[in-house]
Amino acid sequence: MTRALVRAALALLTIALLLAALVWWLNTRDEEPLASGGTAASGAADTEQIARGAYLARAGNCMGCHTAQGGVAYAGGRGVPTPFGTIYAPNLTPDAAHGIGAWSPAEFWRALHNGRARDGRLLYPAFPYPNYTRITRADSDALHAYLHSLPAVAQPNRPHELRFPFDQQAALAVWRALYFRPERVTPDASRGADWNRGAYLVEGLGHCNACHASRNALGATSSTLDLAGGLIPVQNWYAPSLTAADEASVAGWDLQHVVDLMRTGVSTRGAVMGPMGEVVGGSTQYLNEPDLRAMATYLKALPPAPSAPAPAPLDASPGRSPDGPGAKLYTDHCVQCHGEQGEGVPGIYPALAGSRAVTMRVSANLVHLVLEGGFPPSTQGNPRPYGMPPFATVLSTDEVAQLLSYVRGSWGNRGAPVSALDVARLR
Amino acid sequence: MRALVVAALCATAALAQAAPKVEDSIAQRVQACTGCHGPQGRAASDGYYPRIAGKPAGYLYNQLVGFRDGRRRYALMAGLLAPLSDAYLHEIAEHFAALELPYPPPQPATGSVDALSRGETLVRRGDAALKLPACVQCHGKALMGVAPAVPALIGMPRDYLNAQLGAWRTGSRHAPSPDCMAQVAQRLAPADISALSQWLAAQPVPAGAKPAPGLPEAMPLRCGDLPAEGAR
Repeated sequence: MTRALVRAALALLTIALLLAALVWWLNTRDEEPLASGGTAASGAADTEQIARGAYLARAGNCMGCHTAQGGVAYAGGRGVPTPFGTIYAPNLTPDAAHGIGAWSPAEFWRALHNGRARDGRLLYPAFPYPNYTRITRADSDALHAYLHSLPAVAQPNRPHELRFPFDQQAALAVWRALYFRPERVTPDASRGADWNRGAYLVEGLGHCNACHASRNALGATSSTLDLAGGLIPVQNWYAPSLTAADEASVAGWDLQHVVDLMRTGVSTRGAVMGPMGEVVGGSTQYLNEPDLRAMATYLKALPPAPSAPAPAPLDASPGRSPDGPGAKLYTDHCVQCHGEQGEGVPGIYPALAGSRAVTMRVSANLVHLVLEGGFPPSTQGNPRPYGMPPFATVLSTDEVAQLLSYVRGSWGNRGAPVSALDVARLR
Repeated sequence: MRALVVAALCATAALAQAAPKVEDSIAQRVQACTGCHGPQGRAASDGYYPRIAGKPAGYLYNQLVGFRDGRRRYALMAGLLAPLSDAYLHEIAEHFAALELPYPPPQPATGSVDALSRGETLVRRGDAALKLPACVQCHGKALMGVAPAVPALIGMPRDYLNAQLGAWRTGSRHAPSPDCMAQVAQRLAPADISALSQWLAAQPVPAGAKPAPGLPEAMPLRCGDLPAEGAR
């Protein structure tokens, strides 16, 4: 009897050890010895490399997270809210104590490629290394050289505020064993150079799927190729599907319109607001024409999502009738800019009739826009954007629901109504 | 005849579909501001959103940057301003500063005679015992502010004045260091804040009043958000 117990215990122990070894192996695979990874140019970065690093840092929008509101650029401190707690982006300036001044190019590469910090700690994937693992070593070295060329800022890092067990390295190791695998990109020979460059930027530095894909209960996206749309956790803006024709697929757009939208924040097809406005303002407006064209080429060629079921016949809920409360609210507050038929003003105020942003299944962005208003970003191509006023102080929750239900069901639009609960959730 | 009717119908349809008339002007671009701050920025009906028309451009600019960068806290303002460049915020500030619009009559004074008298004393003479400079020393004798970046103290509702002095006092509103108004507000007792806001909100704004071009004497305190503006 005792013997059987001992045997069982030994068996369990062996299994646990094997599992731990597996997790260990999965967490360290494809890691290079740090000594061998140094570049010849370490300590002697040339200006060209630094300039390329500055450009790549824009492409990855590093500053977006690594700068606090009103803080010094790259000195860290911005909180990224997640369902597991808040992660604070650290200081990337070359301060030896608080920043990455002591990091070698090899250690920096290991952070991007393997998600491991200089001291060996595993990094949280709010730092999108599941994407950055695809960055080439040369680009990693250029980023390192650029960050090391910045003025050092002695700003201490703020500790993350994560709930148990998410604050444990062991938990993170298990997560990584399940969902993270270091990758090296090999160009797809069957595709053109533009497509391959676009794939590199979209799936790697651009980390587009960090927002444009859904996450599972443990916060993992399925693959960097998945751009089928997702609700951004905690912020509750919806990053629409880039593959669905009834959301934000650009397969049917002129390539130039996609480029315009990424470079200026506005195009004849619409404007960016909210988190995507932040991306255009902080990142894509700085990218050169060939790179924007490459990204657009890749996005246009994404495999289309299966077509959505035909929209249900428009219900006749009272809020949507032409003489109902929604119509009256529209006349009082919206018609002046968006027009009697929801036609908008080209290049200035988006058309609401026939707009996918208006009719798509998830209505969260519309609720945000009506409550909070907003401007597209100031960019070199559109330095003085036209803005939309916030209505949070003017309209009740019910009124916002009535107004949006009207807009989603008028002028040929076939979007489902918005309930007061949909609005209240975001208020 | 039939062709005529069809043509007429088409014309009507075209008219109905005509895009709204939108002019390319800064006023049109900043309708996001006047939604709350009232037509042309002359203050909203609820008396809380402050008037922005006619305030010194440097002051307005500092506030816009302050909201964007988190020195003043109001989520709606921070969200609206987050995507906008310094250059555009300058233009927005200049636009509202240049508007010359009549002010509404002041709120009737509600405080006791003692409180109003205390308020006026603080405004005109300060309180040496509390090391409080007089408001007029920085905000101008007419209290209409001083170009380029000191704001007016009259022409605003009492609720707004109370909220701002309270926010300076608790530190939820601040300015680049040295934060002169924080120093002043922290020396003000709640009763003094109330006295000040009652007296200030009851003062009429003379027709055509504008920020003063300068001060007769140097300011008694150094303010972190002024030199940068002066150097512009």
